[in-house]
Amino acid sequence: MKLIGENTLTWFRRLHALTVKEIIQLMRDGILIVFIVYTFTADIYLASSGVSLQLKEAAVYFLDHDKSAMSRELISRFKAPDFRIIAEAEHESDSNRLLDSGDAMVFFDIPPSFQKSLISGAKTSIQMQVDTTNSVLGFLASSYAEQISGTFGLETAIKRLGLTGGSMVNVPVINGQHRVWFNPNQNDAWFMGISELLTIITLLAIVLPAAAMVREKERGTVEQLLVSPLSPFQIMFPKVISMTAVILIGALFSIIFILKGVFHIPIQGSLFLFLSVTTLYVFTTAGLGLLISTLARNMAQMGMMTIFIFIPMLFLSGAWTPPEAMPLWMKVFMYISPLHYYIDTGFAIFLKGAGLDLLWTQILSMTVLGSIIFGTGMARFRQQFGN
Amino acid sequence: MNIGRIKAVAEKEWLEIVRDRVFFALVFIVPMVMMVLLGYGLSLDVEKIPFTIVDYDKTATSRDYAYRFIGSRYFHFLGYTRHERQLDRMLTANQIRAAIIIPPDFEKNRVAGRAVSVQTLMDGTFPYRAQTTKGYVIAINSAASMEGLASLVSKKKGIPLHRAADLLRPITLQTRYLYNQSMISIWSLAPKLIMLVLIASSPFFTALGVVREKETGSIYNIYVSTVSRAEFLLGKLSPYIAVSSVNALVLFFFANVVFGAPFKGNFFVFLASTLVYVICTTGMGLLASVFVKTQTAAMLVTAVTTLIPSVLYSGVLIPIPSLTQSAQIFAHFLPAMYYTNIVMSCFMKGVGFAYFWKDLVILAIYAAVLMTLGYLFFHKRTHS
Repeated sequence: MKLIGENTLTWFRRLHALTVKEIIQLMRDGILIVFIVYTFTADIYLASSGVSLQLKEAAVYFLDHDKSAMSRELISRFKAPDFRIIAEAEHESDSNRLLDSGDAMVFFDIPPSFQKSLISGAKTSIQMQVDTTNSVLGFLASSYAEQISGTFGLETAIKRLGLTGGSMVNVPVINGQHRVWFNPNQNDAWFMGISELLTIITLLAIVLPAAAMVREKERGTVEQLLVSPLSPFQIMFPKVISMTAVILIGALFSIIFILKGVFHIPIQGSLFLFLSVTTLYVFTTAGLGLLISTLARNMAQMGMMTIFIFIPMLFLSGAWTPPEAMPLWMKVFMYISPLHYYIDTGFAIFLKGAGLDLLWTQILSMTVLGSIIFGTGMARFRQQFGN
Repeated sequence: MNIGRIKAVAEKEWLEIVRDRVFFALVFIVPMVMMVLLGYGLSLDVEKIPFTIVDYDKTATSRDYAYRFIGSRYFHFLGYTRHERQLDRMLTANQIRAAIIIPPDFEKNRVAGRAVSVQTLMDGTFPYRAQTTKGYVIAINSAASMEGLASLVSKKKGIPLHRAADLLRPITLQTRYLYNQSMISIWSLAPKLIMLVLIASSPFFTALGVVREKETGSIYNIYVSTVSRAEFLLGKLSPYIAVSSVNALVLFFFANVVFGAPFKGNFFVFLASTLVYVICTTGMGLLASVFVKTQTAAMLVTAVTTLIPSVLYSGVLIPIPSLTQSAQIFAHFLPAMYYTNIVMSCFMKGVGFAYFWKDLVILAIYAAVLMTLGYLFFHKRTHS
């Protein structure tokens, strides 16, 4: 019994020694430390403060051939926060110049007999040109404009027909009441801050352990480790432990001081649960990094393989791209990406206050994926360097 | 400057790239695969939103109304839910992103010609998606309102239904979608992916190439040789610039032919601009590499200074006008934005050189500054 106890002790002592070695090695690379600190603070700050994806005061130029009360009324409805009227254009040919140069996003043209047609009940039409170089905002701008002109037309029609005394109160319409949950003020900083934090964690979790491993291979120091009484697991695992510790400390720092401190992002769920899930996720992703490190013979190869995996993972994880709108084969990629589950759980814990009871399937999927990836990496490493 | 020496360094670097077969293959395969994956997969279109309906009325009218959502391609119906108490859990567990609650007496009020309120719940985790969802709901509701009004008008005035509907819609908005008339996202996306993929790949392998010599110590061969700093950097970078230029051509082929994004600009101007941009991206890799000692640091520094900002501030996911002031300033410090302008002008707008010559000048200055800084900070003498 005593013998086993001592063996276990030695086993842990070795693991500990190697972990300390990894941390010292990391700390000695001053610039690397500076950048790790930068990513967890300034980078997340910039990302959260930097973006507003709403259609914000899209620049509108117009041409009013009618110059009537009604045309002016319609124009005045293109207002903040969605639109901003910049000025009246002087000539039809201005539209090309204004739209080409990006000064105008929307250009509309009201025909001469606009008011006359509306009063007489005839149809009239407005020409509108929208810059859809950015299809997302182009869509929003045109659908808002559609709504503005539609409502305006409806109101004038109801007045003209003399229905319900011209009032809009007692008419058979459907009033939509919209309640947006989890982020009622539609604050983009909440989304950006959390998603940037999850991105940074992913990047570091792939790069740091893999780089630590490949460096040993490239410099040949791995041979020294192999002739020592360490098992492949004892060589590999300390790299994961040390980097996970660094990432967790960084994440906690960033949550407390940046996300909560600066942007007041509420943490509805349990911070402990988030950190536990993060630990699990970093292990999983580190497994991916280690798998890369067994495939790559040098840093250059590893670098290419890392971005090869990282970029698609980042873009196709469902954070930016709605998963439900993806083609089927793409969904397969998404479902095998641990980041997808991490993003789901991350947002659910932060903003929705979800607990383990709702998230266990996602966490389980992540664990299964992680075990497979980690196991494969381990097996490959054993094969390459094992005894 | 001695052309012979530059050639020698370039040849050495080229051999090093080619002989590492895996790396050589990856340098070309990675950008291509990235382009295909992102081109087909990266769609910001909000469609097939998973949703449920709570119908307290359960009449023919309420079902008719519900069908407006169920039949829409923007929504994906997951079945009726009995009570709104269950919605909380469904939204939190990411099962649905929206829910429609039809109130009791829906039919009664509609038939009596009274206004009814329908509540919509939306998941606001991603504000942009919630905003778009809201837009769809409003459009569906106003179509339903319009029909209700039209039937009222037709009854009161004794005119046919379609005539009544016409009366209520006196203004038609004739919208022309400029530069991307069919509103296919891939057309505006593919050209930007050229920019993204180039900045995601070329600084990486440049930085790693330079730091590798430092970390393995082979740079001492250069330190003690007669090769000057400028000769070394020129020779070292030219193979990487060549590789990236080839990649740029391949990416252009994908954007134009595979994804079908129409190219309206001048091809030679486009090529020249792309070359300047490639020099910029290579220069970023160079600058990152002169400051760091290890390849680990080189990778992280390039990722954090080029890759992540380019994702956020280059206009691929987020249009530049949507950035706040501080982020806009940040965006102006990156080459990605200027090149995006050029690419978009050449692909979508087909506007003349007059519209983007400024961007090209800035890119050229940028490239020159990067190279000069790289040159100034690269020393043949070690400090310690």
